[in-house]
Amino acid sequence: MFVLAELKDTIRIAPDQFHLKLVEAIRDEINRKLANKVLLNLGLCIALKDIVSLKDSIILPGDGASHTEVLFRYIVFRPTIGSILTGKIRSCSREGVHVTLGFFDDILIPPSALQHPSRFEEAEQAWVWEYPLEDGAKHDLFMDIGEPIKFRVSREIFEESSPIGPPKADSQQASSSAAATAAVAASTQQTEVKTPYRIVAAINESGLGVLSWWDQQNQVAEDGDENEDEDNAEYENDEDGEGAYEE
Amino acid sequence: MEISNPCFSVLSNYEVMESLKTLKDTKKKYGLRNLATITYETLQFLEDSPCKQQSRETIHAFLTEVKALNCKLTTTECLMMVNDPPTSALHIQLLIEDSEERLTEDQVNELLQIVAKHFPNAPSENN
Repeated sequence: MFVLAELKDTIRIAPDQFHLKLVEAIRDEINRKLANKVLLNLGLCIALKDIVSLKDSIILPGDGASHTEVLFRYIVFRPTIGSILTGKIRSCSREGVHVTLGFFDDILIPPSALQHPSRFEEAEQAWVWEYPLEDGAKHDLFMDIGEPIKFRVSREIFEESSPIGPPKADSQQASSSAAATAAVAASTQQTEVKTPYRIVAAINESGLGVLSWWDQQNQVAEDGDENEDEDNAEYENDEDGEGAYEE
Repeated sequence: MEISNPCFSVLSNYEVMESLKTLKDTKKKYGLRNLATITYETLQFLEDSPCKQQSRETIHAFLTEVKALNCKLTTTECLMMVNDPPTSALHIQLLIEDSEERLTEDQVNELLQIVAKHFPNAPSENN
């Protein structure tokens, strides 16, 4: 999920940094410039790993600063398409399930990539996997906020985000006039437009989704508050059946 | 800014954690707020993941044994197994594409054993 990217840049060291060692000053400057930022088509920059080479520093007419061309390696978060990551559910909305890794929040599992069949529970504001039981009934598996979730990265979307233009008139109107839920949806949409790096994920495979779904030992404890015990027992049996079927 | 090589190499979660820890330990920085934030958040995430119990030696031993299995896994697949050590056959099926065709049942079991041997605390990611 992390890669090392080799980058080249000309770093300007202002005169007030001249008391530092050149390498130190450059390390700081690179980190100041890149840490916690998304580089287009590269990924989320985390931290400087090492400096590969420094060229001679030059000064330019009319500027007291020194300019140095640097080749360096930076730790970048960019999971490969198809890889499996584990995050936590940040929120659920009509658009799908939003997942966070702590340092990276822009992960969305769209409704089409949830376990099938799933439905959105308006009252709880949560997605529910309607796990089919053998007798035709179904067992509701809720995707609650904060639950650890395993997902597959299916797509990455980079968007050029700067400079930020004036806010769009129509989306503002929508959020002021529409009902509360619509406003929330509109505002998330609005922020999403500005998101430079987004990951679209999927959990529609067996083994993916909330960890407790597949962890038989924790099953009863996890489902406890919403459902009766017999329900759980039934479900557990059923999952054994499903496991056999999968293999 | 020029990207001379977008993927010079891949890093395991463990390596990232090590570099970030060294970075955190040399704290003398005042103006690098972004760096402090991302280092802190990424470390939080990594210390919650199985790589916390790993070391350079265990990862190396694990990879050597997996290679000895001779099941032709790609580097990415090996990396994913290091980052997220599989604990069940279902888990292996997720990490390795077409695992039913590429791996025999014995190989899957052997893989699970290797994981259990080198990363004994792997299941603790759930807790």
